[in-house]
Amino acid sequence: MSTAVAQVSIRRRLVVQLALVAALLSVVFFFALQVVADRATEATQDNILAASATSIADAVYTDAGIVRVEIPYSALSMLGTVSEDRVFYHVILDGQTLTGYDDLPVPAARGAGRDPRFGTYLYRGDTVRAVVVRRALNVADRIHRVEVVVAQTRLGLAAISSRITTTATAIGVVFFLAATALSALAAQNALSPLSRLAEAVRRRGPRDLRPVTAETPSELTPLVGGLNGFIARLRAALTRSEDLIVEAAHRVRTPLATVRTQAEMVHLQMEKPENRAALRQMIRAVDESSRSAGQLLDHAMVTLRSDQLETEEIDPADLLRDAVDRLSPTADLKDIAIVLDLPQAPMRVQGDAILLQNAVRNILDNAIKYSPADTEITVRLLSGPSCRLVVCDQGRGFMPEDIAHMPERFSRGSNVEDVVGSGLGLTIVRDVAEAHGGTLEIGPNPEGSGACVSLVLPCS
Amino acid sequence: MRLPCLALLLSVWAALGHAFEIEESRSYPAPGTAALRILSTADADVFEPIIEAFQSIYPISITYDVASSTQVMKALYDEGAQYDLAISSAMDLQTKLANDGLARQYTSDATGALPPWAKWRDQVFAFTQEPAVLVLNAAAFETLDIPKNREGLITLLRDHPEVFDTRIGTYDVRISGLGYLFATQDSRNTESFWRLTEVMGRLNTRLYCCSGAMIDAVARGDLALAYNVLGSYARARLADTPGIVVVEMDDFVSVMLRTALIPQTAQSPQAAGLLIDFLAGMRSRPDLAAETGLPPVVGNDAEDEGIIRPIRLGPGLLVFLDRLRRDTFLRSWASSIEQD
Repeated sequence: MSTAVAQVSIRRRLVVQLALVAALLSVVFFFALQVVADRATEATQDNILAASATSIADAVYTDAGIVRVEIPYSALSMLGTVSEDRVFYHVILDGQTLTGYDDLPVPAARGAGRDPRFGTYLYRGDTVRAVVVRRALNVADRIHRVEVVVAQTRLGLAAISSRITTTATAIGVVFFLAATALSALAAQNALSPLSRLAEAVRRRGPRDLRPVTAETPSELTPLVGGLNGFIARLRAALTRSEDLIVEAAHRVRTPLATVRTQAEMVHLQMEKPENRAALRQMIRAVDESSRSAGQLLDHAMVTLRSDQLETEEIDPADLLRDAVDRLSPTADLKDIAIVLDLPQAPMRVQGDAILLQNAVRNILDNAIKYSPADTEITVRLLSGPSCRLVVCDQGRGFMPEDIAHMPERFSRGSNVEDVVGSGLGLTIVRDVAEAHGGTLEIGPNPEGSGACVSLVLPCS
Repeated sequence: MRLPCLALLLSVWAALGHAFEIEESRSYPAPGTAALRILSTADADVFEPIIEAFQSIYPISITYDVASSTQVMKALYDEGAQYDLAISSAMDLQTKLANDGLARQYTSDATGALPPWAKWRDQVFAFTQEPAVLVLNAAAFETLDIPKNREGLITLLRDHPEVFDTRIGTYDVRISGLGYLFATQDSRNTESFWRLTEVMGRLNTRLYCCSGAMIDAVARGDLALAYNVLGSYARARLADTPGIVVVEMDDFVSVMLRTALIPQTAQSPQAAGLLIDFLAGMRSRPDLAAETGLPPVVGNDAEDEGIIRPIRLGPGLLVFLDRLRRDTFLRSWASSIEQD
């Protein structure tokens, strides 16, 4: 299984994008609040200014034909109630200063009629907000125009604005943090079916090729569908190739048997020793081919049965005895003695009898094949936390550098090129061991030359 | 008032080149290199203990110039005279200086501890609160009830013209900035003010420039009562002046706040800040309060009591400085008080 090219986390992308959206919204919120608050505070100041200017305009009166004004105390004191801003006023009669700060300009704001008009400008080193209120007075049939300008610095406004900025910043930050935390939770929650599906697929055994049936969100249905299709194709391909091997092995074995029978008959009729030797070699080659075909069949069978084990209680001693009985004739041909060393007490393992027999036979077969003539093979059964079925020979043993690769398919020791073999024997044993939750152990024979091969199975 | 006010008008001290009038100038040298120039309306004798106490902490040389509140305004507003600190009883003029951008901002722990009504824009800082009181001649009131409020005073004056004719004193608000401040606040706070002025006018009230002169006249028996006298001065005189009685009205009491500000023209604003801190912390120096007779600013209680109203610092004070408003007020006042 190869990993994906780039480690792109959907969750991280989701969280980052949601956080970006939250940040954007926070900033928008911040500015919106600022603008609204600034407008509101400015409107408040404008209202007070307009009230002040209006009350001064109302206090304009005529005394013996002379226009005068008596600034009401509240007109200016009301401006001092909200903030400690500087206050300026200017009362203008027909363009001439009547009283107040005579250099205070009239705000040049647009507006209609008698409505107060506002403006902002620099006066005596400070930015001021100013209002002008106009009034007409009729004195002795002459119309007099009075303009009242009231201006105030914006210190209080700036203080309120900075308080609002602080609050808006705090709210924006809290909003952002909360939104980010919530989006992390939401992403986690939204992606949990994906994690469950991944976990379901990850938990499968190496040979589990059943379709995925875990609950899937609709967005993942195409992926799971694709995956199941892929599994089905893989399964079909595997089955086809196993079938092919079985078929091929069968087809090879039958003609080989015929060839062997014919060769033996010819061998009996041969007179010349060199011809007989040639025929013996031929027979041995046929035997090997037949054996390889058998092992291919065995391997296919093991692969097939491993998926669906038919387990029962088995005494491993029976397995060993049975295998030794079967292979004794072959051993006798090479004058090899098989010593069976079994414990008195019966032992039990849970396993598929056919597979286990196959495995034990392969081990013993290997031992006989690679043992020189007139040697001894020891077959032991050791108990303990697990059952060890050990076969030790006095052959040439394994090269240390080969041991790790031995159970791989078609892998053969570097010191056995003169002996014909398929390289499947130990692969079958390992597959059987693993299907039963056990292991295959290969090592040198502690009692001299040769090797020991152990099939370790969990005891029941 | 240890010196008669009028005597101070002989101001030989006025520095040459200044158009404004300095009544008195004192120098208090100190070992330090820093120097502080103060322009003040408070008598040098009154302020001297404060300067000495301040100099015992900070070795700063001090020049203390005394001028009337109008002259202080003239110096700072029109002539840009160089002073590091302006101390004045004319809250309205101090407020105008700050409002028109002629004062510097100053903040410190000490000014932060002042009640909110005792400062404005961190530019004007109050360090005393001095009520306007009624000062009576005890002998004149032997058979009369002492009035508790302005209505009572009006009734008393109406009922006993023989006692009070030509024997009432008050500020000439045309020449006294403080008198004008008290009178305008009275006119704002009570309807009785104009009736009282009318009654006082009918009784040929005498007009004075200063509280000290009025207290002297009451003590001598020339006056039976003086209206709107600065309470701090009156109380300070109680001990050594037999025969005077100080009465705080119970309808309301205007409280003047003596204020300090640092003009824009200040050469050593840091030293001025130190003196402002010292003045703001006067309530922890009862010895100085006793010696100068200047009651320090105390907590917020004064505001809550209702009848004792510290005059509020702020743009409201600008109203009575308005040329037309002042003209109108002075014309009304003059026509009421001078009825001959």
